[in-house]
Amino acid sequence: MTQRRVISVIVLNEHGVLTRITGLFAARGYNIETLTVAPIPKSKYSRLTIVTKGSPRVIEQIIKQLHKIIPVYKVIEHSELVEKEMVMAKIPLEERLADVEALCRAYNGNIVNIGKDSAIIMAADEPQRIGNFIEALRRFNPKEIVRSGVVAIER
Amino acid sequence: MADMSGAQMVVEAMRREGVEVVFGYPGGAIMNVYDEIYKHRYFQHILTRHEQAAVHAADGYARATGKVGVAFVTSGPGFTNAVTGLATAYMDSIPLVVISGQVPLSMIGTDAFQEIDAVGISRPCTKHNYLVQSVEELPRILAEAFYIARSGRPGPVHIDIPKDVTAQVGPFNYPEEVRLETYRPTIRGNMRQIKKAVEAIREAKQPLFYLGGGIIHSGSADLVRKLVDATQIPAVETLMARGTLPYDHPQLLGMVGMHGSYAANMAMSEADLLIALGPRFDDRVTGKLSEFARYAKIIHVDIDPSSIGKLVHVHYPIVGDLKAVLEEMVPLVEERIDPGRYQQWRQTLNHYNELHPITFEDSDEVLKPQWVIRRIGERLKGRARIATDVGQHQMWTAQFYPFTRPREFITSGGLGTMGFGFPAALGAKRAVGDGEVVVNISGDGSILMNIQELITAVQYRLPVINVILNNNYLGMVRQWQTFFYDKRYSETDLSIQPDFVKVAEAFGGVGYRVSTKEEFDQALDDALNRGVVALIDVVVDRHENVLPMVPAGGSLYNMLLEYKD
Ligand SMILES: Cc1ncc(C[n+]2csc(CCOP(=O)(O)OP(=O)(O)O)c2C)c(N)n1
Repeated sequence: MTQRRVISVIVLNEHGVLTRITGLFAARGYNIETLTVAPIPKSKYSRLTIVTKGSPRVIEQIIKQLHKIIPVYKVIEHSELVEKEMVMAKIPLEERLADVEALCRAYNGNIVNIGKDSAIIMAADEPQRIGNFIEALRRFNPKEIVRSGVVAIER
Repeated sequence: MADMSGAQMVVEAMRREGVEVVFGYPGGAIMNVYDEIYKHRYFQHILTRHEQAAVHAADGYARATGKVGVAFVTSGPGFTNAVTGLATAYMDSIPLVVISGQVPLSMIGTDAFQEIDAVGISRPCTKHNYLVQSVEELPRILAEAFYIARSGRPGPVHIDIPKDVTAQVGPFNYPEEVRLETYRPTIRGNMRQIKKAVEAIREAKQPLFYLGGGIIHSGSADLVRKLVDATQIPAVETLMARGTLPYDHPQLLGMVGMHGSYAANMAMSEADLLIALGPRFDDRVTGKLSEFARYAKIIHVDIDPSSIGKLVHVHYPIVGDLKAVLEEMVPLVEERIDPGRYQQWRQTLNHYNELHPITFEDSDEVLKPQWVIRRIGERLKGRARIATDVGQHQMWTAQFYPFTRPREFITSGGLGTMGFGFPAALGAKRAVGDGEVVVNISGDGSILMNIQELITAVQYRLPVINVILNNNYLGMVRQWQTFFYDKRYSETDLSIQPDFVKVAEAFGGVGYRVSTKEEFDQALDDALNRGVVALIDVVVDRHENVLPMVPAGGSLYNMLLEYKD
């Protein structure tokens, strides 16, 4: 019965607003898989994208409870949406960078920086594909992997 | 308007909002505000002797009047003492504005003296809260706080004001009207849904009104009475809805839930349609959810969409202000519904009522707590406000007191806060004045949780009558130990007690200790005549239990009707 859901929340950009959202999830035992936040350009609002899991009733409650938070302007429960996630990783320079680069390309990425002993790579793709990408990356012995969490936009 | 200091703004906002009384307690971080209170007497300030009591008193005032109650406290311990008051009001949707002092902005985050993350603490137990960041935004925040507290589903709003903000000077731009882009409660119900609901009522054979606290908050008891009279559909009330229908109304089956009447709980279990007006399906009402109202379709009217469908599936959800919805619904119902249709159903339920009425076995040897409550009802019915604390005495009051109107019963339902009764009664007394008696029915445990307020009652001439149903136990917990813990009375024996008569006298009130009906009558008469705060310590049967009872988690139709030792 539990389903994955992507919810966007448009909130007033004000003191403590993020705590109101995360506090709600914590207090009511709702699950947050990923959470991204950034201001919406040229407005007083920010957009949060939350990936959560729950039964239909729980999802319904999450949405209603989010609506109740005073600085929440809008809650968008996505059905038709495009999702993207970004990942960055550090790969030791000893690895075969040409192969790494080819892999990155397949996932809308590339090598973005080469340092003293490692290269930093990035990719941006659907969350599921980012998972695959990380799997494939394992054979190049990544030293560190950082995922951004999901952003989504309605079709 | 001329510039003014933050402290002046607070006081001026009270004037604009028509606040006549503030309950509070001063301290370092809020002294600028108190200095302004000293200079301007726009409103009365009542100094309670504990911040918890200040918030409960503001709450009692709000429950008695429907207006926003206001309390002021200082930072740190002043605020933390107030938290139980906020949580109590939050759980019962009571409109409050609570203002706390905070350390100066420049010191926030430094673990300064009496600094605590007040908005961090109050966030989960308020409808909304603010940490004021500058004097410029203070007027707007004050106006928003009152607006948010009283609109939509009401609730407490907390404003934390750093000390330097109350000293700074700025323009006082107090909005005439508050409009929030991000907060717009739905007022009018969807007409199509309302019509569908009326059709469902028309088709039902065994419909039941399930009346909740939202009726009191929205001021729609009169409309509910019309609706019930027009349809003659039986009704049950939650604890928070007591007084919606007068106690002797022919369709009223009594209170529903854990200590509800047999007829009310059976009606819930056998109804084919529940017409839920402003309740929230609390677990103390529903019992085991999978068995709750198992044959019923459900109409649920509530202003809070998150209340609808939270716990049970609702077939006809109607989001809106109950009053606005009922104004649409009543004429439709009057036109479309034939009250004769439910005759059979009413008979069945009346039969249940005759089978197991709410009752008790009176005694000549020992006073029964239920007798005392009934007696208070006989004496004061219709002309008193009744507050309670939490425990057996609260449930007996809900069962046996003859409520006649909304806002007559003042009790902590959702949080169940012992220590609420007396300060809330003080707030209610401040609200109703000399014209009405205010009685707090309490227990020997609860009364000690805010007993210091005797001095507030004396100082401000608020002659609340406290009736302590003294069973030398934390009675409700003792009852559970009797029923479910093999009588292992762990830490519930209150044999060691203060002399309540002396306590009352020491504070300047009057005290009585009574153990017979005659003594009780005399004490109540005397207390009513004296016009000072009273403690009537009533020695009652220690072993009395609140019955019927639906054991926690059990089904409503499985009631414990009697307990045999
Ligand atoms: C602040 C607080 N602490 C503990 C409880 C748990 N509790 C519920 S009823 C009760 C006993 C109340 O005893 P008393 O006030 O003497 O009333 P009685 O049940 O005897 O009528 C207790 C301890 C509570 N509701 N509130």
